[in-house]
Amino acid sequence: MSVISIFFTALFYISLIVFFIGMVKKIYQFGITPAPLKIPIAPTPLTQKGVVMRIIREIVLFESLFRSNKWIWLFGWLFHIGLLLILIRHIRYFWPYDLPDIFLLTQSFKYAAFVMVIGLIGLMLRRIFVDRIRYISAPSDYLMLIMLLIIGISGMIMTFTSNHTDIIMVKEFASGLVSFNWKNLPTEVYFLIHIFLVFVLMAIFPISKLLHMPGIFFSPTLNQVDNARSKRHIAPWALKQEKEHAIRLKQILGKDE
Amino acid sequence: MVKEFDIPALPTYLETPKLKEGVMDGEGPFKSAQEFQNPLGFPGEKVDNWQKVAIDKIGEIKSKYRSVQVFLDSCVKCGACTDKCHYFLGSSDPKNMPVARQDLFRSVYRRYFTFAGKYFPKLVGAKELDNDMLDDWYNYFHQCSQCRRCSVFCPYGIDTAEISMAAREVLDVVGIGQKYCNQILGKALTIGNNLGLPEPALRDTLLDLEEEIEEETGGIAVKYPLDQKGAEILLITPSADFFAEPHIDGLIGYGKVFHQDGVSWTLSSYASEGANFGMFIGSYDVMRKAALRIRKAALDLEVSRVMVGECGHAWRVAYSFWNTLSGVGVGAADEFSQKLQDQLDHRYPQPQHIIEYTHDLIQRGKLVFDKSANDDRTVTFHDSCNVARATNMGGILGGQFILPREVIKSVCNNYVDMERSTIKESTFCCGGGGGLLTDDLMEIRVKGAMPRMQALKTVEKDNGVNTLAAICAICKSQFSKVLPKFDFDPYMIVSVHQLVSEAIIMDKRKIEVQEDKSEVD
Ligand code: SF4
Ligand code: SF4
Repeated sequence: MSVISIFFTALFYISLIVFFIGMVKKIYQFGITPAPLKIPIAPTPLTQKGVVMRIIREIVLFESLFRSNKWIWLFGWLFHIGLLLILIRHIRYFWPYDLPDIFLLTQSFKYAAFVMVIGLIGLMLRRIFVDRIRYISAPSDYLMLIMLLIIGISGMIMTFTSNHTDIIMVKEFASGLVSFNWKNLPTEVYFLIHIFLVFVLMAIFPISKLLHMPGIFFSPTLNQVDNARSKRHIAPWALKQEKEHAIRLKQILGKDE
Repeated sequence: MVKEFDIPALPTYLETPKLKEGVMDGEGPFKSAQEFQNPLGFPGEKVDNWQKVAIDKIGEIKSKYRSVQVFLDSCVKCGACTDKCHYFLGSSDPKNMPVARQDLFRSVYRRYFTFAGKYFPKLVGAKELDNDMLDDWYNYFHQCSQCRRCSVFCPYGIDTAEISMAAREVLDVVGIGQKYCNQILGKALTIGNNLGLPEPALRDTLLDLEEEIEEETGGIAVKYPLDQKGAEILLITPSADFFAEPHIDGLIGYGKVFHQDGVSWTLSSYASEGANFGMFIGSYDVMRKAALRIRKAALDLEVSRVMVGECGHAWRVAYSFWNTLSGVGVGAADEFSQKLQDQLDHRYPQPQHIIEYTHDLIQRGKLVFDKSANDDRTVTFHDSCNVARATNMGGILGGQFILPREVIKSVCNNYVDMERSTIKESTFCCGGGGGLLTDDLMEIRVKGAMPRMQALKTVEKDNGVNTLAAICAICKSQFSKVLPKFDFDPYMIVSVHQLVSEAIIMDKRKIEVQEDKSEVD
């Protein structure tokens, strides 16, 4: 294997491990942090089923964002749906066996790259030209968009221009990563940029705002059922406090609490 | 001393303002003195090692509150919330954009608690918690009414109120409390109500009120029982209701409704306050202390129902938190809560809102109204933030929007809603919530009221609205103050139960006849 292949192979595993450990830690942290009070936000579902539907609508349709601002919604949604379709299409590269027929269906998903890039450009333009959004942006917010744009555009260059990369080699390299059967990777510059940034993005996922992905499931304003009167909700630390307090109450019974 | 400031003009259409950096910079509200700080368990003045104390407290809060932890990590700076805050719309100060307000907290969290912020602070906008930052916290977290309008529009439900509560708790712990909230909490926790009315004064007030009503109704004895053991209902209402217009007219309304229903009820002198400012300062413990007073009153008075009067955040605390804090509701574990829960009548929701109660009586034909008594009014309803965005009524989806409107429509002939994007879950705050209802914050209160006033102006012009009804003591006080600033009549703000009070027919005999008839049916 060439040095560069070894480098990228190593980078992949390192990024993957960082991604995995980071995400598990973060999700664990979100999970164990108690929500001491019921704080669902209107329009609030009164049942568990309603909550599930609400989260699904948020994830699939970006409902709150739609209510809020049609431009951000449009660009944000285009970017995410484009990205999703492209990710699905990329499974073929990592699939270590012969491709099942179902992957033929994903062939046309390559055009989703345009959707994604248009969404990203829209988000970028807003960030630059709308003074409110410029005000709240840190360098990392631009950087994240730029990285995604470069990933998208380098991918499009390989797909839609004559700068094709050796697809067989890509497949061997990528599926080799999954099946631990390591192979050389093509060294065209667009491809190297493309996967380098993808790996970097993977590694910074757990330490960046990309945490909104797991975050949305843990958001108490979205995921709580509005039933405080009929079902008691209490956090472990509060219950402990309550028990200790009860003992004290007993001692001063009759007096003011 | 209140500083001079511009009162914003009311635009025909609400537009997003151009940013004017620093217009609302300042010292913030009056700081709380030692005498108000210590009883709540906070240091009297800024502690020497404040920075360490603050960082430790942030660490503690984020490990105790999932909301804070998730919200600090999840914001993508999409900007969807930026134009949703009434304080930003009214003041143009960019730090009043919800995400920028959160970032005062978030940038510090990043600096001390995240990898990226520790090693690449510039890149991710992480900042030290220095004196300037602390001043910004004190100033701008007291320009948030914790109304949660921004949260409705955030794709992750990020709730600036949770962050501002956390920030205020940190500030309290380092000894920089806000005078208004902490002084009031002191009174509520010792005397029993925010106004500091002791039992004899309260008793006198209620007796006067009884006399007044008897005179006005031509001899109908509407009673305002205090500390009456064994009454069915304990009414917990904001103490403003005992005191001034327009609040007291609401109290008159509640009394008349109870009277017509023939139910026994009581107020408590020990827990004569519905408002719980513990929520505003973000302190679970203080909020719990205040809530426990109500549990004690309910136990001592042996009531079987606990009911809440017209107060927005009181209702939020009662509806969403009482069961958690003090077991008014179902399913609590400790002895006192269990005793209370055995005592409560679970055929009714516990606690219940006075609107739910009146609504139910209306539905069952127990109240008779002469709607024409309110014919001089064209009424619109201001959805109070905490009621609209944090609670429910009647157990039906959106009941908190439906029930008050139905009650109003049952007692008035002329009702109009304000523009859809300014009511219900998207309602604009009155501008005085969250512990901002103090004269030293008059500038932000007036500026923050602008979007609500704009919507009101439109229905005034288009539909001749001359009455603004609300079910929150803070809204009512705030509107009384700011309405004239925007050339409205300050008396156009009324309690919903004032409208009920004006239309209700206080003829006991007639009611009984009706009841008989319905039994025959
Ligand atoms: S005042 Fe309301 S809208 Fe503004 S930041 Fe605070 S919670 Fe959000
Ligand atoms: S809407 Fe939510 S995610 Fe977007 S900037 Fe505001 S707080 Fe952040």
